[in-house]
Amino acid sequence: MQIIIDQLNYSYGDGAMRQQALKDVSFSIPKGQFLALIGHTGSGKSTLIQHLNGLLKAESGSIYFHGEDISDEDYNRKKLRSKVGLVFQYPEHQLFETDVFRDVCFGPKNLGLDDNKAGLKAFEALHQVGIPEELFYVSPFELSGGQKRRVAIAGVLAMEPEVLILDEPTAGLDPRGREELLTMLKKLHKQKHMTILLVSHSMEDVAKYAERVLVMEKGSVIHDGSPKEVFSKREELKRLGLDVPEITDFMQDLQREGFPVNPQMITVEEARQEILKAFKKGQLC
Amino acid sequence: MLRDITLGQYYQTDSLLHRLDPRVKIVGTFAYIISLFLFRNITIYLIAGLWLFAMIRLSKVPFRFMVKGLKPVIMILLVTVICNVLFTKGTPVFSFWKITITDEGLKMALFMTIRFVMLIIGSTLMTLTTTPNQLTDALESLLSPLNKLHVPVHEISMMMAIALRFIPILMEETDKIMKAQLARGADFESGNMFKRVKAMLPLLVPLFVSAFRRANDLAMAMEARCYRGGEGRTKMKPLIYKNTDRRAYLCILVYLVVLIVGGFIGKRLPL
Ligand SMILES: Nc1ncnc2c1ncn2[C@@H]1O[C@H](COP(=O)(O)OP(=O)(O)O)[C@@H](O)[C@H]1O
Ligand SMILES: [Mg+2]
Repeated sequence: MQIIIDQLNYSYGDGAMRQQALKDVSFSIPKGQFLALIGHTGSGKSTLIQHLNGLLKAESGSIYFHGEDISDEDYNRKKLRSKVGLVFQYPEHQLFETDVFRDVCFGPKNLGLDDNKAGLKAFEALHQVGIPEELFYVSPFELSGGQKRRVAIAGVLAMEPEVLILDEPTAGLDPRGREELLTMLKKLHKQKHMTILLVSHSMEDVAKYAERVLVMEKGSVIHDGSPKEVFSKREELKRLGLDVPEITDFMQDLQREGFPVNPQMITVEEARQEILKAFKKGQLC
Repeated sequence: MLRDITLGQYYQTDSLLHRLDPRVKIVGTFAYIISLFLFRNITIYLIAGLWLFAMIRLSKVPFRFMVKGLKPVIMILLVTVICNVLFTKGTPVFSFWKITITDEGLKMALFMTIRFVMLIIGSTLMTLTTTPNQLTDALESLLSPLNKLHVPVHEISMMMAIALRFIPILMEETDKIMKAQLARGADFESGNMFKRVKAMLPLLVPLFVSAFRRANDLAMAMEARCYRGGEGRTKMKPLIYKNTDRRAYLCILVYLVVLIVGGFIGKRLPL
């Protein structure tokens, strides 16, 4: 296991203002998995992921990265932050340099790389996120929203993390922008065998891209399974204020009305196959 | 990490002080602060201390919130105390190497500390019991005579209200950007002075950009709602004095009189 999280607890504030944000969270992430974290706003998703690269310190419980406890006094947290890349929500707000290329170099340079090596990493990262070369030397503040976001993600990718964590990376993007971003993540996952943890509110995206889904509620992980398993619990998710993909909703309704289809379909493509199959059997019409 | 600044933070509860007209509280706080500087003897600190204690009880705000307000200024306090003790000339009580500590110095430091602590707690009490919006409304109303002198009172108070409103937002933003840069391997803690200042750039640039963006959005939103400044503008909650407020003014007056009398009596006493 690449990351093991054991009985993690965390609270914000103290005294009367104290508020527990994580309660006994335990799970582990094998190398190369694409997993999604869903949950209502305020359920503790952002708090949880900030523990994984040591930005927040657990109150109790431990996190092991490659078998080493990251809360140990002598653990090198700076190195951890390069191995576990964290892309915050609205990452474009962190851009600060005079041009795109320099901004992406910031991470690798902080790791102690010289200008040449850092430049090379930045170059690769910008290619991975699909920023064309003519934009390398313009000010990041002149780019469009989607481009800014990709530059910010490149800033994290340039540190060549083994694990990439993204907090609602598609928030505020247009449909095309989000599609491109998710396709890019999928590619990173396939080609570089990067472990990816995606915090998302879009059940469609989760269904389409993730291999495993964690559901958080009031600071605890209450479900952990494949998208099919998790989305079969429609009523319970609804009660938590979460949705299932629209197509799953639709298939479950169809089945309830007596159509002979398997309701556990979570992507449009699967559902189409399933419905066509039912038609071919001639049980409909 | 950036959340323990009490000055300018409201503590929500229902108390006599909370319900008081904010203008009374501003005038009262002002009178209290001036009263601390009128005399320098033990009687007035006793009287002012009693007054402060009564106000704290009336406010129903737990005492530790006021102590919290002291934390950020403790360094300043220490420096002034040390300077006073070391550099005041007078009758020596204690001599060591080149340092002479004088009776006057010790007294000065003691009085300074008492005064300072009481001043901070008193003004913290005002901001704990009054929302920023009430405060700026009250200031606008108290300063409105200046309108005659063409001072743009409404604009100034609007600017203050906005600035106050933005402090917590900008703190949160700072926290977020700091974390985002830490995640990219930034280091805000180690290195010499020059290096540390340079390390602040990745924090400051995005912070300014975001402050300007927010200012722009806000201006746009205000314009979209036809905001045109103070002229002819009415208030949703106009400030109107009630009987309690009049009685409170009377109390403040009584406090001042008692304090001044006490001050003159105290002058005759030793110490
Ligand atoms: N910096 C903070 N200070 C105090 N409380 C916070 C802070 N950040 C988050 N919280 C609280 O912790 C809980 C979990 O928040 P968060 O992890 O941001 O949830 P999510 O990302 O799932 O929306 C919420 O109740 C939130 O109000
Ligand atoms: Mg969040």
